Amino acid sequence: MILPGFIVSLMGGGILAWIASQKSLVLTRWISLLTVTVNLLGALVVWWQQPGVSSLWLLDYSIPWIPQFGISVHLAVDGLSLLMLLLTFFLGAIAVLISWKEIQNRVGLYHFCLLWVLAGITGVFLAMDLFLFFFFWEVMLIPMFFLIIIWGHENSRYAAFKFFIFTQASGLLMLVAILGLYFVNGNQTGNYTFDYFHLLEANIAPGVAMWLMLGFLAAFAVKLPVVPFHTWLPDAHSQAPTAGSLILAGLLLKTGAYGLLRFIVPLFRDQAMVIAPWAMAIGVFGIIYGAILAFSQTDLKRLVAYTSVSHMGFIMLGVFSFNELAAQGVVMQMITHGISTGALFILAGFIYERIHTRDITRMGGFWKSMPFLGACGLVFAMASLGLPGLGNFVAEFLTLVGAWQATHKFTIIATLGLVAATIYSLRILQKVFYGTQASATMLVDLSIRERFIMMALVVSIIWLGLFPQPILNTSKQPVKTILEVPDTARTKDKSMQIEIVSIQGKGGRYE
Amino acid sequence: MSNLLWLIPALPFAGSLILIVAGSKLPKKYVPLIGSGSVGVSAFITLLIGMEFITSESGSVIKQVLWQWIDVAGFSPAFGFHLDSLSLVFIFVITFVGFLIHVYSAEFMAEDEGYARFFAFLNLFVGSMLILVLADNLLLLYFGWEGVGLCSYLLIGFWYQEEKNGSAARKAFIITRVGDTAMAIGLFMIFKTMGTVNLVDIQGQATSVWTVGSYEVTLIALLLLGGAVGKSAQLPLQSWLPDAMAGPSPVSALIHAATMVTAGVYLIARTHVVFELAPTAQFVVGVLGAVTLLMAGFSALTQYDLKRVLAYSTISQIGYMFLALGIGAWSSAIFHFMIHAFFKALLFLAAGAVIMALHHEHDMFKMGGLRKKLPVIYWTFLIGAASLAALPLITAGFYSKDQILWLAWAGEKGNTWFFLAALVGAFITAIYTFRMVFLTFFGEEKTQVSHVPGSLINIPLIVLAVLSTGAGFIEVPHSLGHLQWFTDFLSPLLPITIIRPGIESTEWMIQLLAAGLSIGGAGLAYYFYGVRPSLHIQIKNAIPQVHNFLLKGWRFDSLYDWTFVKPFVYLSNVNKNDLVDWPFNALVTVAGFIHRLFAFTQSGILRWYLIGIVVGAILILTLGILI
Amino acid sequence: MTTIPAEYGLVLATVLFMLGLISLLIRRNIVFMLISVEIMLNAAGLAFIVAGSRWSQADGQVMFLFILTMAAAEVSVGLALILQIYHQLKTVNSDEASKMKG
Repeated sequence: MILPGFIVSLMGGGILAWIASQKSLVLTRWISLLTVTVNLLGALVVWWQQPGVSSLWLLDYSIPWIPQFGISVHLAVDGLSLLMLLLTFFLGAIAVLISWKEIQNRVGLYHFCLLWVLAGITGVFLAMDLFLFFFFWEVMLIPMFFLIIIWGHENSRYAAFKFFIFTQASGLLMLVAILGLYFVNGNQTGNYTFDYFHLLEANIAPGVAMWLMLGFLAAFAVKLPVVPFHTWLPDAHSQAPTAGSLILAGLLLKTGAYGLLRFIVPLFRDQAMVIAPWAMAIGVFGIIYGAILAFSQTDLKRLVAYTSVSHMGFIMLGVFSFNELAAQGVVMQMITHGISTGALFILAGFIYERIHTRDITRMGGFWKSMPFLGACGLVFAMASLGLPGLGNFVAEFLTLVGAWQATHKFTIIATLGLVAATIYSLRILQKVFYGTQASATMLVDLSIRERFIMMALVVSIIWLGLFPQPILNTSKQPVKTILEVPDTARTKDKSMQIEIVSIQGKGGRYE
Repeated sequence: MSNLLWLIPALPFAGSLILIVAGSKLPKKYVPLIGSGSVGVSAFITLLIGMEFITSESGSVIKQVLWQWIDVAGFSPAFGFHLDSLSLVFIFVITFVGFLIHVYSAEFMAEDEGYARFFAFLNLFVGSMLILVLADNLLLLYFGWEGVGLCSYLLIGFWYQEEKNGSAARKAFIITRVGDTAMAIGLFMIFKTMGTVNLVDIQGQATSVWTVGSYEVTLIALLLLGGAVGKSAQLPLQSWLPDAMAGPSPVSALIHAATMVTAGVYLIARTHVVFELAPTAQFVVGVLGAVTLLMAGFSALTQYDLKRVLAYSTISQIGYMFLALGIGAWSSAIFHFMIHAFFKALLFLAAGAVIMALHHEHDMFKMGGLRKKLPVIYWTFLIGAASLAALPLITAGFYSKDQILWLAWAGEKGNTWFFLAALVGAFITAIYTFRMVFLTFFGEEKTQVSHVPGSLINIPLIVLAVLSTGAGFIEVPHSLGHLQWFTDFLSPLLPITIIRPGIESTEWMIQLLAAGLSIGGAGLAYYFYGVRPSLHIQIKNAIPQVHNFLLKGWRFDSLYDWTFVKPFVYLSNVNKNDLVDWPFNALVTVAGFIHRLFAFTQSGILRWYLIGIVVGAILILTLGILI
Repeated sequence: MTTIPAEYGLVLATVLFMLGLISLLIRRNIVFMLISVEIMLNAAGLAFIVAGSRWSQADGQVMFLFILTMAAAEVSVGLALILQIYHQLKTVNSDEASKMKG
């Protein structure tokens, strides 16, 4: 019961917070904070009680929704989903906290939107029914659109529509692919169902499967984002309010990565292997391209947005390397990038609250007046360039070690991305914290609330860097299951098996 | 006692953490106490463990695994420490020299507002450096490796408000990162072939996995060399080190002379098995060392800035160590590292004291006559300089450098060119070293001494001066009595260099030659800067291009500027608004155009619509009749 | 009783319809346009009657009754709209009432 509880409580909390805003804004904030915190504790309890690493699915919940069409409310959690839930609630709580002072108009509606986005994301991570998955995919999109357009910065209309159209158009392709999968599977087996576990065993002709996979890939590639489809991201990030940027970077992008792992790889393994070289090439190109663009940006939030593009390239590289090392690296990358990039956006938000600009040419020397902020900026700039001891290093290193098993030339280019990451990260530090003080007035360092937020993030990123094993243990079994070729596929069709082998042979050779 | 091994790096980290968290609130007198105290206790524990280690049977190692860091699909590096004779030498130098430099900094940095921050970073550095040399696997080594890189960045940019410091710091970080990337790729290759990154396993399995000179092992060795070259400021990644002198002098002494820049030497010595399997790569190490030591030596001859001379000299001396590694003289390289750490730390600290005394004057030509005003600094600097110039018999530098010279000549992998490079290098070293001494301490006084250093500065200088002479006597060549404590200490780990047969008898000739050259170099410096001071200006004016070329460090900065920095910045700026956005914006424009086209038909005038209906009806009727 | 040939009635209906249509197209005054629409409606009604009498069926007259009621309703709604337009825009010129321009 705890799984629907997560979603329902977030939705209910959102409505309650909205109603409460008639009476008191403080109450609204506390209600949403409490809702997310309770969920975080719930997820922690689930994590704590997980019955050993050996069992794959920790909790499962299923009731019929529209049985005529084989649609059910099927929620389930394995290690991967659980980690994503923890990240969602952790960043969610922080998102509520950073909005405490920043948001002053339409507070009720704001918290409603915030909690509904979180509910949608939670649903995406839990849904094991493709129809339900698509439903939540849309649920997280619409409140996010309002978050950007209502509480955003000067150019928020443009950014919000761009975000909406990109996501919606690609989402529709995914819907078509979901329906295609539904009918193809239904025609073959006579069992028309959207259930993930049934569809895993679907036996689809390779040509059709390729198109279906591309449909899914479109949605995930836009969300991730993969390079030619990334242009919504800098606009959306730079225009959104701080919490919006945090959720976009920390969570929404991760739904794309999660989709790759959860749907593309297990459902369309053979097709994914066929496109793997291309996918990796695009990922690696994204790493370099994002890093180069990040270097020239003058808008701090836009700069950080391009670093996201760069870091998400590692996810493409890792997922399509098809081995445990790289996939574990991807899982780590999802978590650590959520924290470190989220933290950079929060820092940008803090600076914006003080000097009312995001333009880094008008910053400088902030270390002197805001040493605490400077120290945090240092930690997260280092995280973003992959310094060992911080979580991102573990993620990127595992990804690269894994990718090396699959491809040499792409891994070398991706490793060069670390140099490029150094260049832009140090530029952030130089422009914001080094140099002579840009602002004439003495700036106040972080308040207690702001310090609390930053400390939570700093401690978690260091913890992830030094003790990543609990995370890796949790995701070990799901990642293995996702990657291994199921026995049924091997025995079902002899010719199929030969095809898999030949494709794997190709997969080994493109290094 | 060996259970305390983890405390050696942990204490500086703890000190750093305390200073970061509470540094600004602590009373000022506690800051150096925590800073130097933590390193001091580490040094003490090192001493205890070192005693135990030496008295135990040779070849033993101390291992301690703290926790499993990562364990994924066979990739399982731990947070584990491994102490053998090689790492013992390194942790000894790091903790002791580090402690002395901390003590020195307590006075040197006392006036600075970032006092606590300075000690926090310095402690963080010592901790990371200790992790680097104690790591039992390559990934943890990489952890320390990047950690010291970060601290180097932070400390070069310690005076963050200066633009010059900021850019020097970034330059150092980025250039070393290029090398680190090569090293990371090497690590991937090692893991793919061996399935482990544990250093002992690599050492044990290397000979069974690879054949001598195979393509793969050569590539791995070259990639590791890439990392070493970046960190140790060797050709072609040497250009960051002279700029790094923008940082405070204790930083230059600790990081950019004594410890961090020798990490590359440590890495190659640690993975010497790989390099022995790849003779080509090892030869490249030697060539890079030889070329670097000459190039840096020539550059040092022309510098004005006291600290830049020392920086180029550091590059040159590390070139000697690389040369030694390249000819398989492993223990000689480590010996020279240790001696170099003593005398170069001493020189930097003394130079820092001089610069502070002259109110931040770096230009040697504006110094002079300090012999009387700053006697302690003069004498200690002189001892350090003598050691650097390898004046025979009394200085430690003579014994360490002589060993390299001899093995470059006599070693199995040595050759005449290596030997000549080392010999010429020794001559140049003597010249630029004594050029420094004569310009700074002799002649007439040009700048007023504003501040005479106190005992916290003097004591570390004296201790280091003693070490710079005394430490040489643990390794005395055959011709002078034959003592091999250091080589024996390292010998179970690092193989002894094989000497070409029938050449032993020439050893005294080589020594005589080296001694003569270093004394001759010192004499030449005296002639140029003591007897006829106008001469060097005439030479400079006769060949200004050459002088400038050397002054700018063989123009490597311009080269990299044109080949890497400018294209990158250009590419980045040209594409600032993201070309990929164009097709999407074009789509928007096309949609807008079509929209306007159709909107035009909706004129709002009723009769137009009527005409539309009528024409439409007629068309349909006509079609109905015709078809 | 002599019967009028159905063709005559149809020609009259056509002429009436064309008159209505042409006046609808050339008039700018909305009131006249409404009148033109009525003429066209009646032309259609006449055609129904003629056709009904030609085949001696009552359906034609039934349809005309429909048209009649519809026309009454249409006129009342149309006139109300015209009044509103005049109130809002102070004109009954249909070309000037082009606020719905895209």
